[in-house]
Amino acid sequence: MYKILAKEELAPRIKKMWVEAPRVARQAKPGHFIIIRLHERGERIPLTIADMDPERGAIMMVFQEMGKTTEELGSYRVGDALADVLGPLGKIVPPRRVGTVLCVGGGVGVAPIYPRARELCQVGNRVVAVVGSRCKDLLIMQKEMEEACHEVHYCTDDGSFGHHGLVTDLLPQLIELERPAEVLAIGPVPMMRAVAQVTRQYNVPTIVSLNAMMVDGTGMCGACRVTVGGEVRFTCVDGPEFDGHQVDFAQLASRLRQFAEEERLALQRYHERKEGCQCQTNG
Amino acid sequence: MPDERVGRRPPGRVEMPKQDPAERRRNFEEVALGLTAEQAAAEAARCLQCKDRPCVSGCPVGVPIPEFIRALREGDVAAAARLIKEKNNLPAICGRVCPQETQCEERCLWAKRGQPIAIGALERYVADWEAEAAGEGDRPGPGPEAAGERSSGGADPEPDSRHRARRETSAAAEPGLAGLAGDSPDLGAGAPAAGRGERPAVAVVGSGPAGLAAAADLARAGYRVTIFESLHAPGGVLRYGIPEFRLPKRILDREIRYVQSLGVRIETNVLVGRTVTLEELFQEGFEAVFIATGAGLPHFLGIPGEHLNGVYSANEFLTRINLMRAYLFPEYDTPIRVGRQVAVIGGGNVAMDAARTALRLGAEEVDVVYRRSRAEMPARREEIENAEEEGIQFHLLANPVEILGDEKGWVRGLVLQRMELGEPDERGRRRPVPVPGSEWTLEVETVVVAIGQGPNPLLVQSTPGLAATPQGQIIVQSGSAQTSLPGVFAGGDIVTGAATVILAMGAGKAAAAEIDRYLRAKKEASAGAG
Repeated sequence: MYKILAKEELAPRIKKMWVEAPRVARQAKPGHFIIIRLHERGERIPLTIADMDPERGAIMMVFQEMGKTTEELGSYRVGDALADVLGPLGKIVPPRRVGTVLCVGGGVGVAPIYPRARELCQVGNRVVAVVGSRCKDLLIMQKEMEEACHEVHYCTDDGSFGHHGLVTDLLPQLIELERPAEVLAIGPVPMMRAVAQVTRQYNVPTIVSLNAMMVDGTGMCGACRVTVGGEVRFTCVDGPEFDGHQVDFAQLASRLRQFAEEERLALQRYHERKEGCQCQTNG
Repeated sequence: MPDERVGRRPPGRVEMPKQDPAERRRNFEEVALGLTAEQAAAEAARCLQCKDRPCVSGCPVGVPIPEFIRALREGDVAAAARLIKEKNNLPAICGRVCPQETQCEERCLWAKRGQPIAIGALERYVADWEAEAAGEGDRPGPGPEAAGERSSGGADPEPDSRHRARRETSAAAEPGLAGLAGDSPDLGAGAPAAGRGERPAVAVVGSGPAGLAAAADLARAGYRVTIFESLHAPGGVLRYGIPEFRLPKRILDREIRYVQSLGVRIETNVLVGRTVTLEELFQEGFEAVFIATGAGLPHFLGIPGEHLNGVYSANEFLTRINLMRAYLFPEYDTPIRVGRQVAVIGGGNVAMDAARTALRLGAEEVDVVYRRSRAEMPARREEIENAEEEGIQFHLLANPVEILGDEKGWVRGLVLQRMELGEPDERGRRRPVPVPGSEWTLEVETVVVAIGQGPNPLLVQSTPGLAATPQGQIIVQSGSAQTSLPGVFAGGDIVTGAATVILAMGAGKAAAAEIDRYLRAKKEASAGAG
């Protein structure tokens, strides 16, 4: 059992949790992820490790309540425990000093960008971040990002904070200005695809972190297969970070929709049950 | 020339009763129902008690077959169980999934008349009788996960089943409180501290058949054994691969509880190579490591359309169902979509399992597609027959060339090409050759790819100096389990490539004996030096 040590709501439906998992905390590096299972009936889902504290034997995750499992996780309180935490998973490329790195984080993708930005900075890079979200209320980890990066630019879809528009609007200008050696983009698939399209024009190497569907997370099932540069790769063991110019994003997006109907059903049923429960306790 | 003893008794082999195919094709209950006491006695009575024990020479773990059958014949089932367990720690599993027809039973004198003693059925009978006698027979196990230990608890054989049960109740009642009854987190305590005069600690990586067999023998020899399992429940392929109707989870749980009762600790959620490295296991105090990580990497065909929605590897398909219980969705959170028409590609036991599982999940038509002929199918004869009886269609000498998708990215068909058998390949199997212009399309909504598994490269990649073949199989010294690293042994599918449960168990047993010799020699050497 993996106990929840701290919990915080960063924005509506975006939550941050510190979870006790000493073995994972000892090995975890920025870029790693974990597979969690809430309880006996739960599914196994991947979540990125957003921070780690080996001393305390704890890891931090930030997640957006999107489906049944994330919403249920969001209802867990400090002192509750997850049935299973497996990790750290994924292949890590240690940070290198390359000059300037542009970090692009969209939505909840800012959380995994943060520890990467911090370590890229620590090894001597200039780190410039572009952070995007739908609106001001959904911007997360502003303070952390500003501490970790030399410069942070903001974009919101509705213009409520920073640039009114998409992160890709700012890219051409920033690439011209900063001449980054590398771009790191983590966020929704359409965002990563759009970023890769822009950086390809400028020939800037671009790393993306993919959120493919997984079951075991150890290379056993192949559910997370993606095509990268024409080859089949498993996101769980070969990734999750890949060359963004080589990833077949259309295939990834399609595969992520594989169980959309079932996910809707599960969430609907979860809501009905929760309401049912409340009625009983209230009555 | 027939053995003269064979003429003496009527050869009527007692066949194990099975569920009616029309019934069983829609349920997950066990297909083979087991022998009754009378049937077991009648079958045991047929055994000729050959002095040269040909059957035993066919058993990878050397079960004393004539001896246990004699005990059974004398009515002493408990003695029979003891005799089997001297060599085989997982008899209820082997009695169900071993290919006896190519091992012990093939060498039985009665096999010449096509009526070998039903050794597998008798082994299963004895194992189930023993469990029944111990009050574990049909008791619904505390759930698959209960057999595993997630934390660093002690050697309690049933570490936290009560916690878990309680938790599940509370989770059902009020999701927000789900975690409150939790026990301590994983503290990563590593090898249990050695007391004075205690035997060394041994780590086993993987809790499949090879790992369980090795761990059980090592624990019996007095070692302090910890199995590290990456999934949340132990058993490896016995858990995620073999379906309920061939090996019920309660039987698996029972066998694992037995291994735990010998003193073996099982720590789940530990992926050795990621959660902890091999080197760190030695730092934690383990003096030897046995790698039994199996053949878990699914092969794909490399044909167009393989990434469409509705294409699963057999591993994914079976894991969702067996480990994650997707067949109970939405009661359980993991989904699966089976569709009305399912094609399973491959001719092995895994393909049969996947096809029969698809049928049980409501598929109207299930087609097995295999590029060679029936004679070359690697699946057990019995499983092929079971599948046929249940209504699975076989498309033999058919090679998949493309998976067709609809506009939404879902499978709509499988294009097959007619094959004919050509010259034998290096393994003596006649090589299939495509017939030009013979393509046709099978209309299916789901495709399961069951063309074999390779070794998972993760541990080798993360362990400097651990030698492996270009295909990723760990290299061991000839006739040994010794790898290129001192104190590190390997066995089962990770060494041989995908094989059978019993061969993996045999490898586990052999490795346990070798690890015992290694640790004794090491101790003597250090005593000598001191």
